[in-house]
Amino acid sequence: MAELEAVIGLEIHVQLATKTKMFCGCELSFGDEPNVHTCPVCLAHPGVLPVANEQAIRYALQIAAALECEVAPRSIFHRKNYFYPDSPKAYQISQYDIPLASSGKLGDVRIHRAHLEEDAAKMIHVGESGRIHGSGASLVDFNRGGTPLVEIVTEPDLRSAAEAAAWARLLRETVRQLGVSDVNMEEGSLRVDANVSVRPAGSGELGTKTELKNMNSFRYLERGIEAELARQRELIEVGGAVVQETLHFAPEDGSLTPLRSKEEAHDYRYLPEPDLVPLAPTEEMLREARESLPELPEARSARYREQMGLAEDVAALLAADPEAAGYFERVTAEAGDAEPRVVANWVTGELAAVLRQDGDAVGAAESKVEPVALAALIGLVQEKKISHGSGKTVLAALVAEGGDPAAIVEREGLAQISDSGELEAIVAAAVEANPEAAEQIRSGNGKAIGAIVGAVMKETKGRADGGEVTRLIRELLGR
Amino acid sequence: MTDMLELSAVQARDAIAAGDLSPVEYSEAWAAAAAEDDLNAYLWRSGNGDAGAIAVAQPSIAPVAVKDIFCTEGVPTTAGSRILEGYRPPYTATAVQRLLEAGAPVLGKTNMDEFAMGSSNENSAYGPVLNPWDRGRVPGGSSGGSAAVVAGGLAPWAIGTDTGGSIRQPASLCGIVGFKPTYGAISRYGMIAFASSLDQCGPLTRDVSDAALMLAILQGQDHCDSTSVGLERAPQLPGRENLEGLRFAVPSELDRDTVEPGVREVFEATLARIEQLGGEISAAPLPHAEHGISAYYVIAPAEASSNLARYDGVRYGMRAQGGGDLIEMYEKTRAEGFGAEVKRRVMLGTYALSSGYYDAYYGQAQKVRTKIAADFGAAFADFDFVVTPTSPSVAFKLGEKTDDPLAMYLNDFFTVPMSLAGIPAISIPAGLAEPAGGGPQLPVGFQIAAPAFGEQKLLDAAYALEQAIAFDARPSGAPYVPSGSKKRSGSGGEGGG
Repeated sequence: MAELEAVIGLEIHVQLATKTKMFCGCELSFGDEPNVHTCPVCLAHPGVLPVANEQAIRYALQIAAALECEVAPRSIFHRKNYFYPDSPKAYQISQYDIPLASSGKLGDVRIHRAHLEEDAAKMIHVGESGRIHGSGASLVDFNRGGTPLVEIVTEPDLRSAAEAAAWARLLRETVRQLGVSDVNMEEGSLRVDANVSVRPAGSGELGTKTELKNMNSFRYLERGIEAELARQRELIEVGGAVVQETLHFAPEDGSLTPLRSKEEAHDYRYLPEPDLVPLAPTEEMLREARESLPELPEARSARYREQMGLAEDVAALLAADPEAAGYFERVTAEAGDAEPRVVANWVTGELAAVLRQDGDAVGAAESKVEPVALAALIGLVQEKKISHGSGKTVLAALVAEGGDPAAIVEREGLAQISDSGELEAIVAAAVEANPEAAEQIRSGNGKAIGAIVGAVMKETKGRADGGEVTRLIRELLGR
Repeated sequence: MTDMLELSAVQARDAIAAGDLSPVEYSEAWAAAAAEDDLNAYLWRSGNGDAGAIAVAQPSIAPVAVKDIFCTEGVPTTAGSRILEGYRPPYTATAVQRLLEAGAPVLGKTNMDEFAMGSSNENSAYGPVLNPWDRGRVPGGSSGGSAAVVAGGLAPWAIGTDTGGSIRQPASLCGIVGFKPTYGAISRYGMIAFASSLDQCGPLTRDVSDAALMLAILQGQDHCDSTSVGLERAPQLPGRENLEGLRFAVPSELDRDTVEPGVREVFEATLARIEQLGGEISAAPLPHAEHGISAYYVIAPAEASSNLARYDGVRYGMRAQGGGDLIEMYEKTRAEGFGAEVKRRVMLGTYALSSGYYDAYYGQAQKVRTKIAADFGAAFADFDFVVTPTSPSVAFKLGEKTDDPLAMYLNDFFTVPMSLAGIPAISIPAGLAEPAGGGPQLPVGFQIAAPAFGEQKLLDAAYALEQAIAFDARPSGAPYVPSGSKKRSGSGGEGGG
């Protein structure tokens, strides 16, 4: 049997961080006392009408612009009808055949569509399982009901669980940097569902898919997809067939269980929402959305690679974190001749390592290390005023107390020995003290040089330039 | 002073403004008149209880009867349904709010067909309204209570809602003026939805001038209703004397044989009257109008099935006892809370929207709707107005059509096309006719429709015709001077608002 290839598409719900709900004036909230942010509209009293939140439309247009989508000149709101207590109108206002945005892309993944809708209220099932089945009672908190959502649907372009998780992270960073959502998966302001299927590698057909829900972290997303891919592959290998269904991921044990059909089997009876007019963004709104885009992670990463010569992983790491990226760029600007690649290695390597050890886990930008100080430190190392090892010592001091690296070098006596006579004397003494190593070097064993270099470094407390020391030893021993 | 009840709302407004009429005494006189309701027309009266949040401290204009489909803060609002028994809304509908702000106290909430579904008022969970002309007959529907209180002298004027004829048809059957404005002219916020793309609020009044005054108060864009646009200019009181230069179209497909002979006679006489006033009458094609009922009875139930889904017993209104789980509670509540006609339409609409049937029913009906609107568009390129009888018959007997929903639906034959097209239409009393089965004469309405936002021109023409018809009959005991039997004093002027 041919190898089975994974085919994965994602459906992402992004809660917009507007001041008020999608169709009424109630404030958005998280963690407030239940049912305090409600009004006749979001409780669906008789006679009320929805009015679309303009800020939500503007935010959705920003997302559409960031995902390089086409924006429909007139998109239509639809009613998605279903009976459930989390939906007080018994329909969700969403978009159906003409969504706000379509045909976009982010990275290598094509975006099928992105549309505006409203969030459901929050159900709390009292009882052991936390799910409706087997619960003693269910409570409804309407605070969340009516929160603006943008639903983003990708094409099935992802080929592994790891790829899906990595792309979802890129999407999160992209949306975060737009400033239109908190994109917090645990709090539910970013929710990622996955459509998963397998097919013989190279096939153009799509296999039967299942939909995975409730993966509220990137780790769970990856684990859930892995588990489902394994299940589907096993099933097919023993001659079985995948059944289209929705599966609930249990983070506790990583299991996937089907949602009971009663919760799922809906004919939504979509109906164009007669209470709302078509959503027709003005030229001004479209322009504002385009112009408001910050440099997004993907573009920034490309610039770091192509114009600044950064390695791919370092570029992606910096680009995903706007604060680290800003810090890196400020250091580069201060660092004069130092190559950005070197600066990036200091920021993501040495500095990050020291900050991690520090325990408080602050980012570079919040640390006591001013960009100008790090630039100066890199300059001292580049110009061989101090050794690389001393550079790390100075960096640790900068993280602890801030200040000027030159002053720390001075105070700690870390300046490199620049007097060649003094260094020659120390090298000669070290060769004298290590006759065996010296003999091996003379007879052509180059590895033995390390012992003598080490002795010199010990004597100079690291203030000697390693390259210069090696040269002097070789010269002395005639190799 | 009982003759103050004979004043039209415009006359009362002028008398109050001139200091000749005490608005408080006037309101109290109307409250006393409303208390005499023997038509089952009021479901709640302000005289009975505390008007609370909707009380008007300083009345300055005639008190108004409000169809029980409009939400009134703290005051029972049932939409004629058992499922909303005991419901007191936490807010007030924009239309009612505008009336309150204009100084019009709410006299009471009027009975209606459940959720505005009906043409006879027999679908009310609180019993049928009786027609003041003949208590054995229906007042029409669904705004039957609002029509009956005005015709029967239990209110000076009223507001109702019209989805497929629910203002015009009861106005016709009760011998008063009923006006459905252009869709979007008046806010729907707080008006309990039946079919959102068709529902429109409008006045039921004694005469055309009162309708203009009421419209001036009600109309306007509302930030709570995205589909509201208001009128470009607030309507003025109409003052036109003749119909010279105006072209009236009679739909050539109008099969006059489906119309009761008495109604047909009054219709023909009214056409002659239009010509006497200088208007031109021609036949014009409205080829798709005859499919109006079919399209309407797909679109309206489809929207209704969605609009009425919120009545589930969870948050407000009635909840059936003894439901086991959630689904059972939904089912029992809706089974006990809704009447037969509402259930019929919810099922029709649910079916029409179902996956696999949508295109054949809802999609097709929307296409017909577009064609009907285009027919009117074509007619209005050559004509100023389209005219028809408002209803094919005069008021029919209670129980006469309750077992035959299709016969009941055909009451809306002449009013539904205008609703589907979203255009304004008025029904004015045009004369009396004997019912098909014999008996005392009953009022006949004449419908005039105009292009969207042609309210002023429509009111002006209707006024001229009303003056010429000089309809002077009224139910026995009704206090008012019937429409058109007097000339309004003064020179028109501001419509108010």
